[in-house]
Amino acid sequence: MSTATDRRVPDDQVAPGEPVTPPGGRPGRDALSEMSHPHRGRMAKDVVARIVMWAAFALAMVPLVWILGTVIGKGFHMLTTATWWTGNQRNINSDDFGGGARHAIEGTLTMVGFTALIAVPIGILTAVYLVEYGRGRLAKAISFTVDILSGVPSIVAALFIYAVWVTTFGLGRSGFAAALALVLLMIPVVVRSTEEMLKLVPNELREAAYALGVPKWVTVVKVVLRTAFSGIVTGVLLGIARVMGETAPLLILAPYTKNFQRDLFNGNFPTLPMMINQDRGDFALSTAAERMWGAALTLIILVLLLNVIGRVIAHFGSVKK
Amino acid sequence: MSTVTGVSAADQAPGPDGKQPLQGDRASTGRFGDRLFGGAATVSGVVVIALVSLIAVFLVVQAVPALMNNSESFFTSRVWAPGGEKPAFGILEFLWTTVTASTIAMLVAVPVGVAVALFITQYAPTWMRRPAAGLVDLLAAVPSIVYGLWGLIAFAPVFKPVQGWIESALGWFPLFAPTGISGGTIFFIGIVLAIMVLPIVTALSREVFDQTPIAHKEGALALGATQWEMIRTAVLPFGRPGVISASMLALGRALGETIAVTFLVSALSDGSPWTWSLFNGGETFASKIANNAAEFSNPGKTGAYIAAGLVLFVLTFVVNSIARVVIERRKAFTE
Repeated sequence: MSTATDRRVPDDQVAPGEPVTPPGGRPGRDALSEMSHPHRGRMAKDVVARIVMWAAFALAMVPLVWILGTVIGKGFHMLTTATWWTGNQRNINSDDFGGGARHAIEGTLTMVGFTALIAVPIGILTAVYLVEYGRGRLAKAISFTVDILSGVPSIVAALFIYAVWVTTFGLGRSGFAAALALVLLMIPVVVRSTEEMLKLVPNELREAAYALGVPKWVTVVKVVLRTAFSGIVTGVLLGIARVMGETAPLLILAPYTKNFQRDLFNGNFPTLPMMINQDRGDFALSTAAERMWGAALTLIILVLLLNVIGRVIAHFGSVKK
Repeated sequence: MSTVTGVSAADQAPGPDGKQPLQGDRASTGRFGDRLFGGAATVSGVVVIALVSLIAVFLVVQAVPALMNNSESFFTSRVWAPGGEKPAFGILEFLWTTVTASTIAMLVAVPVGVAVALFITQYAPTWMRRPAAGLVDLLAAVPSIVYGLWGLIAFAPVFKPVQGWIESALGWFPLFAPTGISGGTIFFIGIVLAIMVLPIVTALSREVFDQTPIAHKEGALALGATQWEMIRTAVLPFGRPGVISASMLALGRALGETIAVTFLVSALSDGSPWTWSLFNGGETFASKIANNAAEFSNPGKTGAYIAAGLVLFVLTFVVNSIARVVIERRKAFTE
């Protein structure tokens, strides 16, 4: 704050007692030109800053427009082919055109479904603990570990599951193992968003329930969680959207297959990110590149759909403060 | 919706009457249902702690045997030959590439991200703020494999002449020395990472800038500050801890980013000479592990990769802890 004041010294340059009009000079004119100089610098800085901020925003929009434009432009016609939504990639090599993505779409949805099935209860209960029960050191420790977990790189989560699932228990790589790694990535998202929502629930509601003699757990389930329900759903959907595009765990734990595969527990498993990854080595071939863009667009559509649904629910069902 | 502001159960202010809100076990009736539900919530929390601890334990336990058999220095060797009779592996190359690329990403993403956050909170017309924030968030919703694909096919060819230009203008400087590699250079990966972490920096900075007390801002303006001077003297100092922790979280993300880097990276051949140039290739921790996932054949070999993953885990752990500490201190300061 002090710098702002210091810079204003020229304004007050005319100290009391000094003659305001220089002898023989045009009154005020010189003082004005002297004054305007430092102001011009400040104004110029202000304008420059304004331009820089607008430019930064424009700059940030460049990759967004570029990426979405490329993915839509190059991937759209794959989505309009008849087999895309019905077929799989069996017997289709990288230099063959087309094929379907249904196996990968189904696989991705199954996998994130299972992930959510495990991560959502743990995440919500943890958030309930942090907001409704937790006090003291355990709550602090849990809150800290949730932060750490949200920073764990997906590849490390995958290595951990590999170390447990494959190396220690001797089980094979499978879709389920990958789903377990995704659980680790999804829990912190669910915990944090649920926590925010639970904190928005007015305390008066809880107190009113207690005053009526409602047990605490019924209060939490029927009053607090119900009030925050739409916000929690939004958080869960955003969490699913986040893990849907994760590839590193799939790379390590769930090798790709071009066939339909609905068994999450045995064998290779098809997913959209791995379908993109499959043709990585052949991206110079137009057939392979088109398939990659098509799968990328499909994946983006799924992710954005979840985001949009989540935001719509949040918009219409938000907790009234 | 932020997952990263470091909110904790301990930061709830007392109610207007100065009493703690009626929470904690005081509100529990001790009935069976209460004990069951409270127990389940506690168990979930403990499960989360256990998971994070187990990650560390399992990685350490499986990395140690491989490290014991290692015939090279783990931290200072650039050799990576974990298979065979006499395993030899060191992480120097991955460490250099990972840290350098992430540093470049930070140098680009933090100023731009903060500027975008300032634009959204201070400069944009009111009608534009929400859509602008939504657009930046959209950048975060794009899956990282799509960044990899876009970088590989669309961005790399465009970036090539830029690299050529930098090399011819600044090639005398060791960091920009030409290496003959184009495409997946450390510099290029840094730029792509910058784009990927930009929304993280922006989202969090936006949050703290929004919380600047109006009195500070109006005070600065009332003293005659221009808008920029108001931002510099009121908004930025208030938001600094938030910006720092946002940058740390973004750094953690950049360090661990896997699939985009795996798509873009130019692996170096064995025994290629050491160079300081940012236009060199080289694997990061994450891309090395991801690229070799199919080769986890025996425990020794897997252990070497797990050891590399452990280093990455420790790196991100430290970075994220710093972010957390910074934000906790800010909270203590503002309350």
